[in-house]
Amino acid sequence: MRQTVAVIDYGMGNLHSVAKALEHVADGARVCVTSHVSDIRQADRVVLPGVGAIGDCMAGLVERGLDAVVRELIGTVPLMGVCVGMQILTTFGEENQGVHALGVFPGAITRFPNDDVDGQGQRLKIPHMGWNQVWQRPHPMWSDIADGARFYFVHSYRLQDTARSDVVGVCEYGGPFAAAIACPGVFAVQFHPEKSQHAGLQLYANFLTWDGGC
Amino acid sequence: MGLAKRIIPCLDVDCGRVVKGVQFEEIRDAGDPVEVSRRYDAEGADEITFLDITASHENRETTYDTVSRMASEVFIPLTVGGGVRTLDNIRDLLLAGADKVSINTAAVFHPEFVKAASDRFGSQCIVVAIDAKQVAENRWEIFTHGGRKPTGIDAVEWAVRMVEFGAGEILLTSMDRDGTRDGFDLGVTRAVADAVSVPVIASGGVGQLDHLVDGVLQGHADAVLAASIFHFRQFSIAEAKAHMSAAGIEMRLSH
Repeated sequence: MRQTVAVIDYGMGNLHSVAKALEHVADGARVCVTSHVSDIRQADRVVLPGVGAIGDCMAGLVERGLDAVVRELIGTVPLMGVCVGMQILTTFGEENQGVHALGVFPGAITRFPNDDVDGQGQRLKIPHMGWNQVWQRPHPMWSDIADGARFYFVHSYRLQDTARSDVVGVCEYGGPFAAAIACPGVFAVQFHPEKSQHAGLQLYANFLTWDGGC
Repeated sequence: MGLAKRIIPCLDVDCGRVVKGVQFEEIRDAGDPVEVSRRYDAEGADEITFLDITASHENRETTYDTVSRMASEVFIPLTVGGGVRTLDNIRDLLLAGADKVSINTAAVFHPEFVKAASDRFGSQCIVVAIDAKQVAENRWEIFTHGGRKPTGIDAVEWAVRMVEFGAGEILLTSMDRDGTRDGFDLGVTRAVADAVSVPVIASGGVGQLDHLVDGVLQGHADAVLAASIFHFRQFSIAEAKAHMSAAGIEMRLSH
């Protein structure tokens, strides 16, 4: 039977690029962009995307009653968080005067400092925008993706603590930060796989066959 | 190792076709935008910029359709600019599949528009395009209407102000160099890149691969944009990246 992938639509920006990338690798799977609780509950896999500010994203979820649905899905079907969709799975975001998030993962999302410099002494630009390398820790979602492969990032806030065991991908920008976090049934990334060409499409392809295990 | 510098081919699109004026005059047809973007994607372009130079509003639908087709086939970031004047324009472009929208003239006449746009859609998708012309030693001013109308606004101060208003990136074009193939105006590039906290894309004047290297190493640009050297296959993007990498610049080489 064809599996269904729901991309959660909570009124934030460019969800279609996520859907288009999933469709590109779908191999018969049905991809639907939806804000309906019933569609999301019936899906075999769920993607939680997000662009813009964490406050707007969280408000968009809550307004539609989707925050409870996302919490309820954890560990029942594979869930993938993307960019701000990763950030809202943590406990707290510093952006927008502080936003309480879903708390699936512990920890707070904080801003890159403005005064950091790179190895050549040049100021690090914020947002962190462009292609950076992701160093992997063992996880089935990295299958067929080279360690250190580059993904496309665009963000000003990040999860800084990379010592924790749920961090499965690390990126360096003025110091290490979490590029990917995972727990049973959940894999979430700070970068945009839908804009990361082959490596990104491979990650979505892996998601479509992932059993949710770590 | 860390963040790579970016190469961004720019497509000037008129009524659904890629065009490029050579020496400000004849417009040469350089193909279907979707086909051209597919080629750039295959060669390793880090992003694509689509500049809609269509003058009439009736043809905007063609633009949305073209952007949508590009976004279905090319999985790298896509910036769209040209005639962006309202929040509805931005929303329509983002819904069509653009990742970032570039605001130029409208920002000069209504700076608050940049603030409204970044508040609504997030700084990460708002690029402010600045067309600068040198008016004295170490002084550049903003020009509008394709470089014909002076505004008296200092380009560096303007860039700083646009970032305060929420611009997430600056696309800086030297009107003195655009179309000349003499290389970027490194003075204005460096002045702006060093003054703002967000990434700066250098544009205008690329005629050979060393110009791209100079834009990063001397101009301090985070990304370099070029059009004709890629459209007419003088160089491939892969060649440009290899050249920049050999000069010691961190690039995304395997893709």
